[in-house]
Amino acid sequence: MEKDDYLELYRQMILIRLVEDQASVLYQQGKIGGFLHLYIGQEAVSTGLISARQEQDRVITAYRDHGVAINCGIPAKVVLAELLGKVTGCSEGRGGSMHMADVSRNFWGGHAIVGAHLPIAAGMALGDRYQGSDSVTICMFGDGATNIGYFHEALNLSKVWNLSVLWVCENNLYGMGTSVDRASAVSEIRQKAEGFKIPNSRVDGMDVLKVREAAQNIIETVRSNKTPYFLEIETYRFRGHSMGDPERYRTSEEVKCWQNEEDPIGIYHKYLLDNKISSDGELNELEKTAEQEVQEAVQFAESSPEPLPEDLYKNLYVEME
Amino acid sequence: MPRITMREAISQALWEEMERDPKVFIMGEEVGVWGGSYAVTRGFYDHFGAERVKDTPISEATIIGAAIGAALTGLRPIAELMTINFAFSAFEHIVNQAAKLHYMFAGQMILPMVIRTVGGGGRQLAATHSQTPDAIFAHFPGLKVVAPGTPEDAKGLLKSAIRVNDPVLFIESATLYQLKGEVSEGENLIPIGKSKIQRPGKDVTIVTYSKMLETSLKAADQLAQEGIEAEIVDLRTLRPLDMAPVLESFKKTNRAVIVEEGWRSFGVGAEVASRIYEEAFDYVDAPIQRVAQKEVPLPYNQTLEQLALPQVEDVINAVKEVL
Repeated sequence: MEKDDYLELYRQMILIRLVEDQASVLYQQGKIGGFLHLYIGQEAVSTGLISARQEQDRVITAYRDHGVAINCGIPAKVVLAELLGKVTGCSEGRGGSMHMADVSRNFWGGHAIVGAHLPIAAGMALGDRYQGSDSVTICMFGDGATNIGYFHEALNLSKVWNLSVLWVCENNLYGMGTSVDRASAVSEIRQKAEGFKIPNSRVDGMDVLKVREAAQNIIETVRSNKTPYFLEIETYRFRGHSMGDPERYRTSEEVKCWQNEEDPIGIYHKYLLDNKISSDGELNELEKTAEQEVQEAVQFAESSPEPLPEDLYKNLYVEME
Repeated sequence: MPRITMREAISQALWEEMERDPKVFIMGEEVGVWGGSYAVTRGFYDHFGAERVKDTPISEATIIGAAIGAALTGLRPIAELMTINFAFSAFEHIVNQAAKLHYMFAGQMILPMVIRTVGGGGRQLAATHSQTPDAIFAHFPGLKVVAPGTPEDAKGLLKSAIRVNDPVLFIESATLYQLKGEVSEGENLIPIGKSKIQRPGKDVTIVTYSKMLETSLKAADQLAQEGIEAEIVDLRTLRPLDMAPVLESFKKTNRAVIVEEGWRSFGVGAEVASRIYEEAFDYVDAPIQRVAQKEVPLPYNQTLEQLALPQVEDVINAVKEVL
């Protein structure tokens, strides 16, 4: 890795954290409607993972998608505009927080029904195989999604047809408020892949470099072996499941402990300094630049136009008969 | 024009489109080696190969979900659900994914896909395998729902369904596969979303589609012997619903009977009747009648099953009610 690569990972994680902080404020101001699921605490997962993909590799995820959107290259201002329901958002204000996508960046959403995008991921990998492409489809989902039928159908199909899917379970220990051990027959989620003979492993999701290294190796294995792989990434969300989560299912001590000892940004910051890859001054500059970008992004989003009423039916069909 | 069966017409449409466009492929349960549970794709596996005629596990949600994914990569999948009763296992992916993605992601995602499936009762398969839930699927904007009643329409509409860039649910009738009819030679693409007068008449308008077209045509023949000329409008597509020929006919006859195989409550007849009242109220000479399935889970016993399904006599009686 070059120095710029290291700093880019830091920049992306900081940008996600700042965007999510802003989203939280905008939500409390009543400017964001619906559900809002923040990625704070999990930044290293998608940052490390997506930094390891090639351009032709597809990314598809669940509803906690703002961070993934940024890692895939959607500008912060376009993410915030979507959160505000503006026509300049990546889904022109039709999708909102849970439905962001930018197909031109090979980011295929943003899917809000738990587990429902897993069969779609299998289908994209099928389409790539059919057309002779060696793309890998990277499909992210939470631990909760591994308890729904779609998960099992999709994993089974991916193995039966040997599709090039990297299944990525972000295990943040809770599906909404239900802890993994109360909802899943196995607490190591990767064990579920065993039943489908899908090779699997686990990685520490609070260490962006570990995630990146694991993902790089695995993505190339999937590409060359033409077979699925299951990667469980252990992580923790620092905020509630969504805004307005009373968090009765975990103690504030538990959350504080993770925030103090396992903050992925803090861990990486220390790594960059300890290994003399960067300096305090340089990282401060990066943070200031990101803060500036987010401030401008908020202004862009707030000043962007609303979708037009006459466009209510836009994109209902490709072909209106 | 050659007379062929509905099965042959559908099979021809699939075959011709697969020959024409290598992006078209079929996936579903028993579509390949078996040849299709209704023998529609017999011979396809040997001719087109396992990559284009894909046998799937019994995983309905994933059959549709994977078809969506493949469509997103630019392919034109034809996903087969062995019967529409199994579509409930794939309901999420039909109505909450396929019907939504294009709109919700501002047109970025394009899903040129067909879901072929088979509905209807009358074969003593009992309640779980005999349903006609067409109206449920037609409820959802974003989906196109097609249900032909003749071999000609089946072939022409299926070819169109394969070529349009929207998700289309194509509902066949299990008891129409042996129905014979004339089918145009050469390419005859029939546009989705166009109703059609299948029988001209002046005394009463019968609005129907799919299997009930056959039933309604029989009723019309009997009525003709009594000097009553029924005009039959075949909807062919439930969404988008083309009411123009219905309204035009109704403004001429001022009387309508709507015949559907599914249950009456919240059904196709309710929708069509409501639209006639809304758009042609001044032309109404008699309360519109609906002929539909009796509101019970369809029984296995043949007598009871036929009692519950709409019959020719039911249509005749309804017509006499509005005259």
